Amino acid sequence: MKTTETGARGGASPRPAKSKGPKGRIARSNDRTLLFMVLPAAFIYALFYLYPTLNNLRYSLTNWDGLREAEFIGLKNFTRALTNDDIFMKVLGNNIEFTFLVVIFQTSLSLLFAIFLLKNSRASVALRTLFFFPTIISSVSVAMVWQFLYEPNLGPINVFLNSVGLDFLALNWLGSETVTLRAIAFTQVWFHTGQMMVVYIAGLQQIPQELYEAAEVDGASRWQQFKSVTWPMALPTTAVVMAYTTIQSFRAFDLVYAMTQGGPNNSSSILVTLIYLTAFNEYRFGYAATQSIYLVIFILALTALQRRILRTKY
Amino acid sequence: MIFKTGRIIGLFLFSVLIIIPVMVVVFGSFKGDLELMVKPLALPESWTLDNYRRLLEGGQIVTTFKNSVIVTLFSVTITLFIASLASYGIARMVNVTGRVLFILFTLGLAIPAATSIIGIYELFVTLKLTNTLHGLVIINVASTMPISIFILSAFFRQIPAELFESAAIDGAKPFRVYRSIALPLSRPSMGAVAIFLFVITWNDLLYPLLLITQSELKTLPLALLDFRGEYAINFSMIFTAVMVASVPMVVMYLSMQRTFVSGLTAGAVKG
Repeated sequence: MKTTETGARGGASPRPAKSKGPKGRIARSNDRTLLFMVLPAAFIYALFYLYPTLNNLRYSLTNWDGLREAEFIGLKNFTRALTNDDIFMKVLGNNIEFTFLVVIFQTSLSLLFAIFLLKNSRASVALRTLFFFPTIISSVSVAMVWQFLYEPNLGPINVFLNSVGLDFLALNWLGSETVTLRAIAFTQVWFHTGQMMVVYIAGLQQIPQELYEAAEVDGASRWQQFKSVTWPMALPTTAVVMAYTTIQSFRAFDLVYAMTQGGPNNSSSILVTLIYLTAFNEYRFGYAATQSIYLVIFILALTALQRRILRTKY
Repeated sequence: MIFKTGRIIGLFLFSVLIIIPVMVVVFGSFKGDLELMVKPLALPESWTLDNYRRLLEGGQIVTTFKNSVIVTLFSVTITLFIASLASYGIARMVNVTGRVLFILFTLGLAIPAATSIIGIYELFVTLKLTNTLHGLVIINVASTMPISIFILSAFFRQIPAELFESAAIDGAKPFRVYRSIALPLSRPSMGAVAIFLFVITWNDLLYPLLLITQSELKTLPLALLDFRGEYAINFSMIFTAVMVASVPMVVMYLSMQRTFVSGLTAGAVKG
């Protein structure tokens, strides 16, 4: 035994051949320490997040109800969602409308307010602080406040509309199948416009002042300056704002759940709330997993599409 | 001219749109429910602490508040420690392993948390982690790992590698380099990430809703939903609870605005 060990340490051993002197040895042992530093994070993330997420693939092929033994049913859940589930289709449509409304209004309003508050004057800084404020409040608190404001009989919005003679606009904001989704989209925009405005301000402040000066010398109006300087120069920021707003709108679980739980009659449900309700109100775990997979596919497709559109614009 | 008037009108309208709800909540918590309904915008006729007294007498709010504090403090501290360690490791790795690990960690960024709830629920039931505060801490740490590592490793990558290498040549081990060079340098980024984590953890509804059913273990957002049921449509009581849930964040926001704004936009700008 002893001879083989010494033999291995001889010239034939791969170890000294691989390490190039003491420096290489340090690098290699450092690499091991670095891996060691990643280990706690990797362990927690893999076990408690990645693994449960990937389990969707397994559940989605079953009719598991959370209690009884799951039965393998192949791709039945996947075909049912696409061909024989009006609610899933309705909610998918809701989600598209919700995301579209939020992205359009949140992006344009945050750009507008960023332009308005670009200069670092005292008033601008104070208003930025105010506009950003809703971002730090919890969705549930925001939902409670807006439930009160939207209250159909005594809520301030309808009381105001009635008092100025706009009775026909005083709708049942959170109780009607036609307006509820839009009312929640409005709240979502109110909630996060200030946050995106700050992103825009950071982007707009990078635009060289000379460009505006040159445009002014050429006699360009404010609108022309916006069209030929601000907008093209801010396109990368717009891409970031739109991508973030899109993902944020898909994540609006807390807000929708706290405001309406997706009602009435699923008219304000979006995919994340549908997944929750399918799993924990109807105990259709397998089917909810399938919905989750479709949601991920949908988001990936949308992100790719967005990236392509904005890239061709550059 | 058009720009100037448009600017004033636009800024005025959005300011009103934010100030009114704030006024309604703050004033509402100091007046009776009837008064709130009749004159939602007016100052309270006589400022009363009755709502707060009633909320305290209910007893539940103190426990709930404590739960939120415990869960948030532990989640944020543990995440910061583990994520910064890992981010440093990933940023310093010269070979392909670093790239692969980075991609694996940030995979979770584009996917809404709600898509993982079924697997998380099953796993936490199996491990008997439902209805425990440490269970909540674990899921918070795991689910905020992607965004934390994303922001922090971007930061560590910006630091010139020579700075670390010269320390290594002087014989410092990686962990020492991390502790005495990387960590002090990263204080601003760590602050931003800490605030970000603080806000999303304090305000989160999804995971408590998924994992907690016992009322003495609920956190503030989840308990707020219960209050709504309990006090039916007594909005002045609900607003009082909203005040209690929001005041810590508001105080922090007003005292360190800069860190708040950069923290809550960091994820956006870099994502």
